Amino acid sequence: MSRRVVITGIGVRAPGGGNAKEFWELISSGTSAIRAITQFDASGFRSRIAGECDFDPVAEGLSEREIRRLDRGAQLAVAATREAVADADLDVQKIDPQRTGTSVGSAIGGTMSVAEEYGILSDGGREWLLDHEYAVPHMYNYLIPTSMAADVAWEVGAEGPVALVSTGCTAGIESVSHAARLIREGSADVMLAGGSDAPISPICVASFDAVKATTPRNDEPATASRPFDRTRNGFVLAEGSAMLVLEESEHARERGARVYAEIGGWDVRANAYHMTGLRPEGVELAKAIEVALRMAGRTPEQVDYVNAHGSGTAQNDRHETDAFKRSLGEHAYRTPVSSIKSMIGHSLGSVGSVEIAACALALESGLIPPTANLNEPDPELDLDYVPLEARRADLRTVLKVGSGFGGFQSAMVLTKGEDR
Amino acid sequence: MTATFAERDARAERGLQRAVITGLGTVAPNGFDAGEYWDAVLHGRGGIDRITRFDPARYPVRLAGEVPEYDVREHVPGRLVPQTDQATRLALIAMGGAVGDSALDLAGMPGDQVGVVTGMAVGGLEYSQRELEKLWRLGGDHVSAYLSFSWFYAVNTGQISIRHGVYGPGGVLTGQTSGLDAIGHARRYVAEGLPVVMCGAVDSAMCPLGFVIELAAGRMSTVADRTRAYLPFDSAASGYLLGEGGAMFTVEEAGHARDRGARPYGEIAGYATTFDPRPGSGREPGLRRAIEAALADAGVTPSEVDVVFADAAGVAELDRAEAAAITRVFGPRAVPVTAPKTMTGRLYAGGPALDVATASLSMRHGVIPPTINVTDPVRSDRLDLVLGEPRETTVSTALVLSRGEGANSAMVLTAV
Repeated sequence: MSRRVVITGIGVRAPGGGNAKEFWELISSGTSAIRAITQFDASGFRSRIAGECDFDPVAEGLSEREIRRLDRGAQLAVAATREAVADADLDVQKIDPQRTGTSVGSAIGGTMSVAEEYGILSDGGREWLLDHEYAVPHMYNYLIPTSMAADVAWEVGAEGPVALVSTGCTAGIESVSHAARLIREGSADVMLAGGSDAPISPICVASFDAVKATTPRNDEPATASRPFDRTRNGFVLAEGSAMLVLEESEHARERGARVYAEIGGWDVRANAYHMTGLRPEGVELAKAIEVALRMAGRTPEQVDYVNAHGSGTAQNDRHETDAFKRSLGEHAYRTPVSSIKSMIGHSLGSVGSVEIAACALALESGLIPPTANLNEPDPELDLDYVPLEARRADLRTVLKVGSGFGGFQSAMVLTKGEDR
Repeated sequence: MTATFAERDARAERGLQRAVITGLGTVAPNGFDAGEYWDAVLHGRGGIDRITRFDPARYPVRLAGEVPEYDVREHVPGRLVPQTDQATRLALIAMGGAVGDSALDLAGMPGDQVGVVTGMAVGGLEYSQRELEKLWRLGGDHVSAYLSFSWFYAVNTGQISIRHGVYGPGGVLTGQTSGLDAIGHARRYVAEGLPVVMCGAVDSAMCPLGFVIELAAGRMSTVADRTRAYLPFDSAASGYLLGEGGAMFTVEEAGHARDRGARPYGEIAGYATTFDPRPGSGREPGLRRAIEAALADAGVTPSEVDVVFADAAGVAELDRAEAAAITRVFGPRAVPVTAPKTMTGRLYAGGPALDVATASLSMRHGVIPPTINVTDPVRSDRLDLVLGEPRETTVSTALVLSRGEGANSAMVLTAV
């Protein structure tokens, strides 16, 4: 009998949501948190809006040293970790450190801090041979992304496996899958798993401008992210973090922990097609869904809700719609599908974890968060995308999917805690 | 046909899904391919020299292990040249070498039965620095359309998947130890029923941006003599030097390899990773636990291990901790310990991957490559260091160690 993995704690730092509760209130009310970029002067860029967190590291209780040393992404992860541990009522003094690990997903790690420091070392881009005299020692932590996973590990005293998973924009799903796999195989009993990215910076905005992946709908930030809508024209960049406490189910039961959901199955594929393009038929994503369902011991007909990748690009919308039909068959037409990126944007390697948090909260509350801004359905897309308003449903099996640059296609199946 | 999970679990429990290395490809400062590299290693020929890729004159360190110059267009499809960093080009070259070495007919395999897992610690850094320069000097609209996917840590898995037309389970791990962690993860996929996984790690930070970050971290040696700068376990240890490169592998399920008549280098028999206690706790670092867990995972006793490929930081305090972990597990001077990375410098995630290749070649050829330049080992370390000359001996079981950012990984390879 293989070991089972459950979610017992949730911490979220998302645009418009300073904790998991606020985050859930935002997305279940169909409210957008997208706004004009305030973190730097974005005039001159093609896309000038983003999902920003109102994150105050001092109010979060981070020390001056932590604030100086930690990249913003790492700060978000540490804050979300503290919330998740408290939410799980987990006494980190009582757990076995050697049986505790962390798995953090991030697409870019501390690169934005490296980019910022670069401006100083290069005298504003004038010097190729950078001035080492101005380099600070903690730049090394910005360079090597695992430092973010290490910071989370120190937060809870973990001494088991500590990883930073970086499969681009599916990293937030992959990191949770990795943690679940480590618990299932017996390498750990407790994992702090999630994701964090803080990419709202000139170089990142410019790199997505260059491929026209982000929407230029700068005048209407609140309605700019329009997954599955006929008028959508790109995603909205965002930042954020979600951290989850994952436990082996017996470990959770013995300490009487509340269980949000069980992580039943997962899979990730590379599509061998294009670094940024998607094959329209959705073959690899469908395969990932099939494998994840089989691992969870569920049939396609048992899927009650799909939390979509729903980034807001025409290419993605068709790709995943095809993949749902391919993997779920006729049942795809009866299954509610929604994208919370319509409200919080796309925080790259973090968003998958934020969406898994949303899935767990949906399972707990029996409420499907809607796809905001879906006013003009794309006639080519013929599934039920839960427009504008949340919907009550008896949720027992939820599917989470994601796609990312590099060709990654990910799926995860979450089930209601007490099932099986 | 992929096995069901119940079938996979049952087979894995019966130990039938063993992962073996059937092909390897390396790119290193002292050899552009595995043949050149192994020849250099056996002759103790290092690849560390004055930096040529940028002018190091103004910096207190001027030495590094650069991969020999090569004609990019001869080795990488022209279309990929403008969209790849040096690290990805080297990764594609190393993977090409591994696939050739394995004689696997990937085109004849269902693409979804071949996975790709890579490790990377620094991303496409030189590419990033060029684009950052454009951003600052010329503005955001001059940034390359390739930047969004040329520098991120997932790039090598994505490009290898596309280049070889394989689209099975994938993965990307980061950090120094990810050279071992990626191979350990490939082994998991094999245990779950996948017949082939392409895996490994290559890193390159041979640009001013990577270099000044290392300078600021303060662990590089400032000794100007390239034979006296990077001296792990030596009483004159003064830090390490950087290099670029790494290794890629084809890892196969043992039965799959046997059925097609492949000759494996060895089995990935054990793997474990641990994390150090919080800094300042005064408690023992996690390396010893990683070694013990990897040995237990492999079902191997310490006395069965024929060689240890050390992490060999070259920083006295870190060397001391590593020596203590090794002697606690094996006893004083009880197992040959070597650090061929004295010939290449430290390659970030590429380093432990290259050590796995070196260990594989060591098992095949029955010889332990030497640690070069070290002449005065710290006596209290009580290590049996393989110094100067290679040591000919049967190598049936090898242990590879890697540390970084608090993580400790260990891998056990055994002859098949």
